[in-house]
Amino acid sequence: MATTTDSRRRNDTRPAASTRRRRRGIVRVRWYTYLILSLAAAACVFPVYWMFVVSSVGSEAATQLPPRVVPGGNFLDLLRLVFETVPFVRSLINSFIVAALIAVGQAFLCSLAGFAFAKMTFRGRDVLFLILVLTMTVPAQLAVIPQYMVISTLGWVDTLQALVVPGLVSAFGIFWMRQHISATISDELLQAARMDGANSWQIFARIAFPVVRPAAAVLGLLGFVNAWNDFLWPFIVLKSPDMYTAQIAIKALQSNISVDLGLAMAGSFLVTIPLLVLFAFFGKQMVSGIMDGAFKG
Amino acid sequence: MSATLTPGTLRPVKPATATRPVERHWERLAPYGYVAPFYVLFLVFGLFPLLFTFYVALFDWNPIGDRTFVGLENFRQLGEDPRFWNALRNTFSIWIISTVPQLIIALILAQVLNNAFLRLANFFRMAMLLPYITSVAATAIVFAQLFNRDYGLLNWFLELLGFGHVDFMSTAVGSHVLISAMVIWRWFGYNTLLYLASLQAVPRDLYEAAAVDGAGPVKQFFHITLPSLRPVIVFTVIMSTIGGLQIFTEPLLLSNGTLTCGTARQCQTLSLFLFEQGFGSFKFGYGSAIGVALFAIIVIVAFINFLLSSRLGKKG
Repeated sequence: MATTTDSRRRNDTRPAASTRRRRRGIVRVRWYTYLILSLAAAACVFPVYWMFVVSSVGSEAATQLPPRVVPGGNFLDLLRLVFETVPFVRSLINSFIVAALIAVGQAFLCSLAGFAFAKMTFRGRDVLFLILVLTMTVPAQLAVIPQYMVISTLGWVDTLQALVVPGLVSAFGIFWMRQHISATISDELLQAARMDGANSWQIFARIAFPVVRPAAAVLGLLGFVNAWNDFLWPFIVLKSPDMYTAQIAIKALQSNISVDLGLAMAGSFLVTIPLLVLFAFFGKQMVSGIMDGAFKG
Repeated sequence: MSATLTPGTLRPVKPATATRPVERHWERLAPYGYVAPFYVLFLVFGLFPLLFTFYVALFDWNPIGDRTFVGLENFRQLGEDPRFWNALRNTFSIWIISTVPQLIIALILAQVLNNAFLRLANFFRMAMLLPYITSVAATAIVFAQLFNRDYGLLNWFLELLGFGHVDFMSTAVGSHVLISAMVIWRWFGYNTLLYLASLQAVPRDLYEAAAVDGAGPVKQFFHITLPSLRPVIVFTVIMSTIGGLQIFTEPLLLSNGTLTCGTARQCQTLSLFLFEQGFGSFKFGYGSAIGVALFAIIVIVAFINFLLSSRLGKKG
């Protein structure tokens, strides 16, 4: 995705003189384009930045008028207090376990199913795929009461597997990997492998998966982000503070009236840091991943 | 099918009759195995709970397992429960205030971003995805602070402009605006990227021809952008209907974790009401009845939206 846009841009910057004149009125970037985009970008970045300002100064930053916009130097002190107030290390570890397992599960299981839908023929395939697409529109959240009953029957209340297992594979992920596998792997290649006696598992593991690994990685990344940020489901199934994920821990921190606002902000920012780091490294891939998954007209 | 000779080995292949039928049998079953995890998990954690909601709704059912069949009694009570109608109103109000501006902003930004000559394009795209990766729990505290009556930045501006202080969470309209602001902030960038992806598939010649004919950006937007984005607009409208009508975390956290979302239930949504009855008052049956009602509402609204948005721009 990114490369096609780049090459198009390169080609477009040197059009023939006549077409350049013709195009000037259409594609020239006007000043207000940058104004609009800068405002939108500022609106997106500001709340996260403000969270950092308050957590690096303390609650006085939030009550100061005119507002303070420069970060201070108290972030680490406030963090220490956060760790002393709630079992936050434990919560961060829980979140890591859950999000990492879901990321791996999504990358692997969605690729495998996507491969079957893209490259194998079997009875009922099209019906199964239609069902898969329809499940994306099922508003599952309103069934939380029976979902809780299922978890309770399995004896999984207050455990991490209650969070991991339902999230290991998703309809969106399968749909997405199917598109990728159809688009990037030629049937001839698979036919040749079959001629050599490879079975479908070997073809998947040795040929298909290595080719679509970048796409699977982006899917895993998005799975990680969603699992890390999930609130409602952990809020329902987790009971004891030791099992809390980081999101539930900051909720506990926020609704504790005796906790200072600076502390709550520091906890919230801490929970955001791992995702900011991931985003700094792989943000571009996540952007193109989301755009690749979109409908194309 | 193909020969079982493995290249590069001199070892004689086992007699075909011994292995091939078995192997072929497994190969036929393999694809079902590959797709099975999804269907099994969906059955257990998605479809079964959804169907079971309809069953539980017919009972007086508490978490310990005591249950009495009451038929449609829960639904009759629901119809007479002012808390239900209040939650329904709030849900619709928040859904509309959050969805409509969000999708309009996303459409405009997508058209602005769809420019091959734009510098810093990657920076702008990434900035717009930042809210999506930030958790609701973390941003709720920031938004509560920015909109705070006494010290909030927004109220400071409103005061400078001479509007005085607004206590957003204390009124229905105010709390709905605050909750919607948070939803809009979180999702407009994501939707912008979806629209942008779709727009990039529109042939550039179309815009060029329109410009040659003297169509400005506004005309181009209504006559090219909107009609060519119809499928993705339908998709996002349906998705924000399904998500928006189930809104839960934002009102819960902005009201400091109260399931009623304020003393007067001014921002309690249907999901919060469901949760309050199911897990706060331990009425699984009544909670499930709310779930069934919510399901019916979502299906109807999503269908109406589908009809409306698939007609969008058809004439243009």
